[in-house]
Amino acid sequence: MKPLLAVAAALSLLAAGQAGAQSTLEAVTKKGFVQCGVNVGLAGFSQPDSQGVWKGIDVDLCRAVAAAVFGDATKVRYTPLTAQQRFTALQSGEVDVLSRNTTWTITRDTSLGLNFVGVNYYDGQGFMVRKAGVAAGGAKDAKKEAKKAAKGARTITSAKQLNGATICVQPGTTTELNLADYFRAHKMTFKPVVIEKLEEVVNAYFSGRCDAYTTDISGLVSVRASRAPKPDEHLILPEVISKEPLGPAVRHGDDRWFDVVKWSLFAMIEAEELGLSSKNIDQQAGTANPGIQRFIGATGDIGKMLGVDNKWAVHIVKQVGNYGESFDANLKPLGFDRGINKLWTQGGLMYAPPIR
Amino acid sequence: MKRSWLYQAALIAAAGLVLWYFASNTAQNLEARRIATGFAFLWREAGFEIGETTFIAYGAADTYLRALAVGLVNTFRVAALGVVLATVLGTLLGLARLSPNFLLARLAAGYVEAVRNVPLLVQLFFWYTIITEVLPGAEEALNPLPGVFLSNRGIFFPLPGDWPELSGFNFTGGGTLTPEFAALLVGLVTYTAGFIAEIVRAGILSVPRGQLEAARSMGLVRRDQLRHVVLPQALRLIVPPMTSQYLNLTKNSSLAVAIGYPDLVSIANTTMNQTGQAIEGIAIIMAVYLSISLSISALMNWYNKRVAMRGLAA
Repeated sequence: MKPLLAVAAALSLLAAGQAGAQSTLEAVTKKGFVQCGVNVGLAGFSQPDSQGVWKGIDVDLCRAVAAAVFGDATKVRYTPLTAQQRFTALQSGEVDVLSRNTTWTITRDTSLGLNFVGVNYYDGQGFMVRKAGVAAGGAKDAKKEAKKAAKGARTITSAKQLNGATICVQPGTTTELNLADYFRAHKMTFKPVVIEKLEEVVNAYFSGRCDAYTTDISGLVSVRASRAPKPDEHLILPEVISKEPLGPAVRHGDDRWFDVVKWSLFAMIEAEELGLSSKNIDQQAGTANPGIQRFIGATGDIGKMLGVDNKWAVHIVKQVGNYGESFDANLKPLGFDRGINKLWTQGGLMYAPPIR
Repeated sequence: MKRSWLYQAALIAAAGLVLWYFASNTAQNLEARRIATGFAFLWREAGFEIGETTFIAYGAADTYLRALAVGLVNTFRVAALGVVLATVLGTLLGLARLSPNFLLARLAAGYVEAVRNVPLLVQLFFWYTIITEVLPGAEEALNPLPGVFLSNRGIFFPLPGDWPELSGFNFTGGGTLTPEFAALLVGLVTYTAGFIAEIVRAGILSVPRGQLEAARSMGLVRRDQLRHVVLPQALRLIVPPMTSQYLNLTKNSSLAVAIGYPDLVSIANTTMNQTGQAIEGIAIIMAVYLSISLSISALMNWYNKRVAMRGLAA
């Protein structure tokens, strides 16, 4: 009778399969936490601190979503993902949100089944090289240095001088493609050394296996500040060879969840524009400003429209902070400049649609 | 009799139904999430560079198919060389372990125990670190023999009429072993040789002692005792487990990903990530490794039959 049982089992599986997929918001509410895909360790974006608590602007987005859904920013579980694992993890439902310094491109938006909710860091790709006179690897005796200087060691100050260089890069990134494009466009050649793990690829560069390391400039700044044995020995070249708008993404085809994540990000940006921060959000109850009244849920029911608590934005700002606070806490200490990531009112690109 | 046929048919139908369920469910979900499917991407431009190519010319403007072919050739290159070198090294170690010389035998035993009991991935990192961290940069490359340069950019050696020369960032001309290839090859060979040594030792010990004594009494020197009497008989026992070591070595070469050697898996991973078509990518990897493994098995089975027959005749 065993084969018949197998048939019955298969049929029941089939029936289960057709029951229809649950929305992510419902699933997240039911399980009680947001499963967030983050970088395995990129200082300023997502990296566990000495206590094992995840910190960074990408992590703050995860926390903002949890604050909006549960009123509690701590209800997040993190899945550290490499560049190669990230899309499959999101597609397969292993994570609910991918918040992992991921570049928004049309290919990813259309054929990968993702929806990017917005941009939390405007970036561009650059190159980092060793400054002139700094020997690669361990050998650093003065005699050799002098000999090298006499031979006229190359001084690299521009990416255009990188013809024939060996360049360390992580696979499965837009970086890898931009790199090839840039060298083709400038009729130069290079040898890539492609290693998946950030730690390994960065070690390969620091050990001198590569002449240059390329990634988003934010990544270069972060790696130089947090992983270089001697940060001042490395130079980030002036050329910015691409646009890299980094933002969180969700699965295609789940509009309610898409809205929740999208507006969690916008709430952080809008809060900065309204002058609301984690320190003053509690004193806004009696405000006369109708924009702030809507934002804090004193009037209207924006929260209900999103399918979350009406005080959702208050929870985000109170527990996570506004965009500027997140930037200052995570990126500023590493030497990041706000640059084009300022608010639009201050000449930057950070712009949230109206919350009304 | 009829009844059992009915059961067989029902079993096949059930298996078919389960497969069909998985396939249709996958297709449905991919469709719902608007994830691209099919193998059409293979003919699109890859857009990424590959660090080392052999036999096949490749540039970023070539197709994904060509990129995967480069990866496949790279896998073949390291696997083929690895199998040959591991067999030679493993056989020597196996013989050394049986050597009457106490020191040699103990050293061989120590080696075998060490390499067999440290994970291969760790060994690969070890070799890669040795090359990239310990060897100097291209400008201070070690030059132990004329035309041979050792640096953290790899090992450069002269080919007839073509000597390596430092120009710009790196050496050009001559032959090159990149650090990634060298580390992978050394790691695979030293690791697999440990297992092969034990197989060779077991094979030789399985030959009855009388055979060796008979060979000795005929006045054969040790070398000839092994070559004409012991090894032909031992091969019958050695070949089947050796096949699985060759398969292991080939499959282990996919650990290349960790140290940046562009083998098939590494290229397929990049392809999957750029196109988002993980199912197709994994299918390609599985199909290729299955074909390689089945080919090695077929070849070794044929060889095994040959030595088995000869063994019986002797």
